[in-house]
Amino acid sequence: MSAGFATGPAAQASVPVPRTAAAARRGGTLRAGRGRRGLSVRVEGRGLAVCAGLLAALVAVAALSLATGDYPLSVPDVLRTLVGRGEPADEFIVVGLRLPRVVTALLVGLALGMAGAVFQLVTRNPLGSPDVIGFTSGAVTGALVVLLVLGGGSTATALGALSGGALTAALVYLLAARGGVQGYRLILVGIGLSAVLQAANEYLLTRARLEEAQAAQVWILGSLNGRGWEQALPLGAGLAVLVPVALLAGRSLTMLDLGDDAARALGVDVDRTRLLVLAVAVAMTALAAVAAGPIAFVALAAPQVARRLTGAVGAGLVAAGLTGALLLLVSDFAAQRVFAPTQLPVGVMTGAVGGLYMAYLLLTQWRRGRG
Amino acid sequence: MAPRARLTPALPHPSTPGSQRTALPVSTHQHRLRGEDLTLAYDSRTITRDLGIEIPDGSFTVIIGPNACGKSTLLRALARMLKPRSGSVYLDGERIQSLPSKEVARRLGLLPQTASAPDGITVADLVARGRFPHQKLLRQWSRDDERAVDAAMAATHVDQLADRTVDELSGGQRQRVWIAMALAQETPILLLDEPTTYLDIAHQIEVLDLCAQLHEEQQRTLVAVLHDLNHACRYATHLVALKEGRLMAQGAPADVVTAGLIEEVFGLPCVVIDDPETGTPLVVPRARARRDATDALSV
Repeated sequence: MSAGFATGPAAQASVPVPRTAAAARRGGTLRAGRGRRGLSVRVEGRGLAVCAGLLAALVAVAALSLATGDYPLSVPDVLRTLVGRGEPADEFIVVGLRLPRVVTALLVGLALGMAGAVFQLVTRNPLGSPDVIGFTSGAVTGALVVLLVLGGGSTATALGALSGGALTAALVYLLAARGGVQGYRLILVGIGLSAVLQAANEYLLTRARLEEAQAAQVWILGSLNGRGWEQALPLGAGLAVLVPVALLAGRSLTMLDLGDDAARALGVDVDRTRLLVLAVAVAMTALAAVAAGPIAFVALAAPQVARRLTGAVGAGLVAAGLTGALLLLVSDFAAQRVFAPTQLPVGVMTGAVGGLYMAYLLLTQWRRGRG
Repeated sequence: MAPRARLTPALPHPSTPGSQRTALPVSTHQHRLRGEDLTLAYDSRTITRDLGIEIPDGSFTVIIGPNACGKSTLLRALARMLKPRSGSVYLDGERIQSLPSKEVARRLGLLPQTASAPDGITVADLVARGRFPHQKLLRQWSRDDERAVDAAMAATHVDQLADRTVDELSGGQRQRVWIAMALAQETPILLLDEPTTYLDIAHQIEVLDLCAQLHEEQQRTLVAVLHDLNHACRYATHLVALKEGRLMAQGAPADVVTAGLIEEVFGLPCVVIDDPETGTPLVVPRARARRDATDALSV
């Protein structure tokens, strides 16, 4: 049994031909065992480095978020508290109040980033996102109906959002699926249905009392204020199931960007893959919306940012998820601190941060003549 | 244009996974790929009705016919892209719809008309996509994969372009890259849907020469849809003529291509002469002034 991790010159050394085209490819192959039965996993050097960098940034911003606030702590204090050796007061602040919010932000960002990457690949359109399939408008409609018409509490609102979003997504899929789902049909049907639902949402808001409308508006923007373990834990449990499914489907998903016929010719079960990954992506978006409301722009921007960072072609779900997590964590940190003591809903900040970064990326890409 | 005489590293003979299982008695020998009583339709529009077709093993079969006669539809049905309304396509004696997608993709490849390269993908990465049906979750890149991709790129002369992105290539180069991807799939049967569309004449010949070379040197069964009758006559070993979803003629070009057939299939008055280069039939449309003339040239 031999195991080896070969990149660059090492990969060439293991191949008898001095320089084969395939060996010259970026990255390397992780191999164990011999011949046909052996294990071999492709590893992209740059993608791996980018993911490591994103993880490091996540840890740094998370530590900073845990340390800052009305009751400032030093980062070493935070770390000591996290391993269970802090003061009881610190422990309440860090583990009881700040950590669940940070964890929720991380998980919501991860879910939205991955879901966005799935939507963009399935629709083969860089502007694909859960908004496109009408999920967000439907979730808002569901939440507004519960908040304003039925007068439900926060749990009922979350459930209303969930059913509204899922129903809309299913409706868009069924309407677009007649005669084979195609990316542009999903987008067109989604835009149409979203417009109808947005009109309904405006109507619901105008007939609401002022304070009700204000509470509803905060929900619509998406906020992490006051999120505790009761939001973080179900979200974490859901993602523990959904993320592995998405990653397993990732290789087939990547093949979809060749076009349906070419993917089928290579043995991809196109319809099943598409339905599976869309269901997973909608479920991820739903979990995120239940925890924090329909946060704008993360699903749209994170996959694009990740793609440009890694330079990789394909699903890139891990990088998109990590980018989404970082984007939301940074946005939430800014939303709490920039206008302190006023705490903005994080949705306001993701729009600003994500939008600015994407505008910057697009501009620099255009300048280089590609974009 | 790639020089034809250039030595190409020989690819091993493509594996034939189903051949043992379907060892048929010689007397009832059937070809590996055939369609029986195919009725093919999109929604309410029926394209072909009860069409039977056999692709001779080891042939370079070319399907010709006027626009919208069902050529591409037939090819898509043969490749399991389109489920027949009735009738079946058989691959190695089994109904193709009953086989798992990856199993089909290890025996039969298709280069569709509509393939599009993802933005920014390199030639080597696109060709490597052809290995998908041979890969598993924990065996994503075996030495077999590497060898197949290298051999496919060498056979199509795109190995020098390995690290270029597909977007920056010319039309002819891009088509060779797509063919390389299909070759890397290492299927004994390869279907090509209009592989020469949008290419200039030199690149068309380059692609067809490549196909002929793959057919001769690697004994693959090729099936292509082509528009140009003279290319079809020159390169095909087996010609299939379709009109409105019906099989009008099939056989070696020299045996089936006559002025009468071409007029019947395409509605085009023509004369058929010998190609001065290859001796295969050469279809020459009649001049407009002479089309109505009753004194037809003797053909």
